[in-house]
Amino acid sequence: MTAPWHSAALALGDDALVLSHRLGEWAGRAPVLEEEVALANIALDLLGQARILLSLVGDEDELAYLRDERSFRNLHLVEQPGGDFAHTIARQLYFSTYQRFLYERLASSDSEFTALAAKAVKEVAYHQDHAEHWTLRLGDGTAESHERMRRACEALWTFTAEMFQPVEGLDAVDFPALEERWLDSVASVLERATLTVPDGPRSRAWTAGAGRQGLHTEPFGRMLAEMQHLHRSHPGASW
Amino acid sequence: MVTGTRTGTGTGTGRREDAAPTALEAELRRVAGRVPDPELPVLTLEELGVLRAVHVSEAGRVQVELTPTYTGCPAIGTMSSDIERALHEHGVPEVTVVTVLAPAWSTDDISAEGRRKLAESGIAPPRPRGTDGAVPLTLSIRCPHCGSAGTELLSRFSSTACKALRRCTACGEPFDHFKEL
Repeated sequence: MTAPWHSAALALGDDALVLSHRLGEWAGRAPVLEEEVALANIALDLLGQARILLSLVGDEDELAYLRDERSFRNLHLVEQPGGDFAHTIARQLYFSTYQRFLYERLASSDSEFTALAAKAVKEVAYHQDHAEHWTLRLGDGTAESHERMRRACEALWTFTAEMFQPVEGLDAVDFPALEERWLDSVASVLERATLTVPDGPRSRAWTAGAGRQGLHTEPFGRMLAEMQHLHRSHPGASW
Repeated sequence: MVTGTRTGTGTGTGRREDAAPTALEAELRRVAGRVPDPELPVLTLEELGVLRAVHVSEAGRVQVELTPTYTGCPAIGTMSSDIERALHEHGVPEVTVVTVLAPAWSTDDISAEGRRKLAESGIAPPRPRGTDGAVPLTLSIRCPHCGSAGTELLSRFSSTACKALRRCTACGEPFDHFKEL
């Protein structure tokens, strides 16, 4: 595990795996059945990405189920608990916009990630579309939905700078340009949703880039315990 | 997660791409192509456009190249074992099914016959994508039951990731729409 692109495969694979698990937590709890199915389908797309990315590095099951917290390279944004539905939508807006622009870039450059990015970017475009429509609906909805969407966008804002820290092995990506594009896109959606761009910091001293180094926030350990418990307790279990 | 397939991560598995298929390869492709899709059994894998190639090596080993519709498509394992079974029954002793990602599958790969069968089974077929444009398309989607162009979106994701759920405002029936990808 020494090639630089291994680090990148882990970073992108862990983002997809962890967010997939967080979205899967909505199964049985979403506001309406259609939305539960939508979130599960988005989770499935992300799981497909994770399987391919992690398989580039090693055995997908071992990497997903037998690594400890410090070995995961995902962003803090994706490991945060789902919160209310507005929090989940705010995260989807932030992350799917980032992932779409990142994969567009990777699809047009020649690397180990080209084929996956070219395929996944078409799916991610639907994730972004889904997040945008819900942001508009909640932001420009009732006083209650507006307030919840505002709170969610502000709460997760502090995790958004980390997405644009350069990732080892993704030299083709101009992260400052990606960040500028992301800010423009998110600001335009928030504006149409009658929301304002949060004015708080987009990182904290101890969080920026920490996820990519294996330093995670407290809820992540509990999530991993649940995600890995079955495989660790019953190695090789299948059904 | 054991599917009996290997995942090609790029263009590496497409050996002998320039060589025209032999008569045997064409025959085996017809056999593999007749396998029904596990989730949309009205369509064959050939009509769905996911069967990329069948190669026969000099030693007589058969390799089938399959591409997933969606990256996380859970049906790919079933497709692979169904292809293996069909070819075994056709007298091929050794079959390997590999998954290839590039070029990415598109709904434009569904054949005209496949689209007709989708509509006939109550699923509005995908509209042509043409260029790599953004997702939202505004062309109307017709109700597969009554043919009305007045339909509305209920959910962007339906029973599978590849479909959206819509409702006809004329006849009131809900229906799946195969989303453009």
